Amino acid sequence: MKKKNRLQLDDNGKLKHFLTIEGLNRQLLIDILDTAESFTSVAEQTIKKVPLLRGKTIVNLFFEASTRTRTTFELAAKRLSADVLNINIQASATAKGETLLDTLRNLEAMHCDMFVVRHANSGAAHFIAQHAAPHISVINAGDGQHAHPTQAMLDMFTIRRVKGEFHKLNVAIVGDVRHSRVARSQIHALSMLGVEDVRIIAPKTLLPSEPEAFGVHVYHDLREGLRDVDVVIMLRLQKERMSGASLPSEHEYFQRYGLTEEKLALAKPDVTVMHPGPINRGVEIDSVVADGPRSVILQQVSHGIAVRMAVMSMAMQSHLPEAAGGRRG
Amino acid sequence: MSAQELDINQTLDHVAQSLNTILESRNIQNPIMIGIHTGGVWVAQQLHQRLNLNEPLGTLNISFYRDDFTRIGIHPQVQPSTLPMSVDGRHIILVDDVLYTGRTIRAAFNELFDYGRPASIMLAVLVERDGRELPIQADVVGQHVSLKAGEQIKLHGPEPLTLTITQA
Repeated sequence: MKKKNRLQLDDNGKLKHFLTIEGLNRQLLIDILDTAESFTSVAEQTIKKVPLLRGKTIVNLFFEASTRTRTTFELAAKRLSADVLNINIQASATAKGETLLDTLRNLEAMHCDMFVVRHANSGAAHFIAQHAAPHISVINAGDGQHAHPTQAMLDMFTIRRVKGEFHKLNVAIVGDVRHSRVARSQIHALSMLGVEDVRIIAPKTLLPSEPEAFGVHVYHDLREGLRDVDVVIMLRLQKERMSGASLPSEHEYFQRYGLTEEKLALAKPDVTVMHPGPINRGVEIDSVVADGPRSVILQQVSHGIAVRMAVMSMAMQSHLPEAAGGRRG
Repeated sequence: MSAQELDINQTLDHVAQSLNTILESRNIQNPIMIGIHTGGVWVAQQLHQRLNLNEPLGTLNISFYRDDFTRIGIHPQVQPSTLPMSVDGRHIILVDDVLYTGRTIRAAFNELFDYGRPASIMLAVLVERDGRELPIQADVVGQHVSLKAGEQIKLHGPEPLTLTITQA
């Protein structure tokens, strides 16, 4: 934990890399949310751009396919006036035999300032942060089954916008928690922000090996777990898990763990329904719920841009030269 | 005059009166007033009342347009900009608390033009001090304050508004 902390924060406790929620502190998470709040107005401008990161070059290093995360990172960088390179590694140099470190050295030689990394292996973003040149910030855009911290923060941003405070909330995370980097980051963020009752609801085969270690309440029955919750976060059921015999069938999964209006009626009347996307209609969530008045799934996407702008600009300011004073006004 | 002696209400009355005179002479009917976070918004709220303007007050957070981001970074506590109406073709009264280097106003211009193309912008400030680093002057100044090198003036508010001078 301490080691991660040292890697993510600079000597002044400012964010340098954003790799995982673990090892950060509550105030830093709140700073991210507050900064994101200020960035929401940029989307209302005629010219949807602020000059904050003008002249900086941000590289989207995606070793794994992604649409929503990559495009919102790209939009966020462009709204900060940074230049963006999208590199799909599978179709690129590594396919010709270049090692990851050689790829990094080449990008550094092109004077890039930030890497946004998505990788199928847990720990990939840490590895890159450890080996990148000191002036480069690394943002984790999802590594294996480990962490997806910007997704967790946009979910926290959405919850705060809808509900205001965190501490009195009951939040349920439903579905494939075992394989979900999103769920792991959400659980850390929710507890760091003071949510007392975090529930995970899943069949035994989709629970992490020691769920209690996360400080969550575990339910196997969706109806029981949904009772009186304020927020329900549905996770995508990765269809490839089906063949792995962890699950009976999509139909049966939907019967037991699919979110329907009827099951949602057990939650608080003003319950908010979230999903990190992409959604499997009729598998983990019924279309009526996904498109219904309590769903904030599309707001989550918009908020993703503001939160990623916040994280990128905060990470970029950490390795600036020390404040030189200077007159303002 | 020192800031302690400055009667803020009287100064605000003076600024409001001068603004009215300019609006009349330029034949501007329905201006939009915009305050710069944080002190400028407090001053703008007072002026907005005194001028009895129809359009709601707008606010600007110029943090993302500063030229010293590379030195001081951003402050998460600042509220977002809110411009409740289009600024295209409109007459703008920009309001700040203290005019000093002129860099804040430069940043505010840049941000405003990312929202549209105003017909005109005039600038009103509660106090100004020497030390301009850019060719920017206010149309209306509540009070000129002379400060020694190293002294800083700061507006506290929103209720009541007070000015303090401190040694940096």
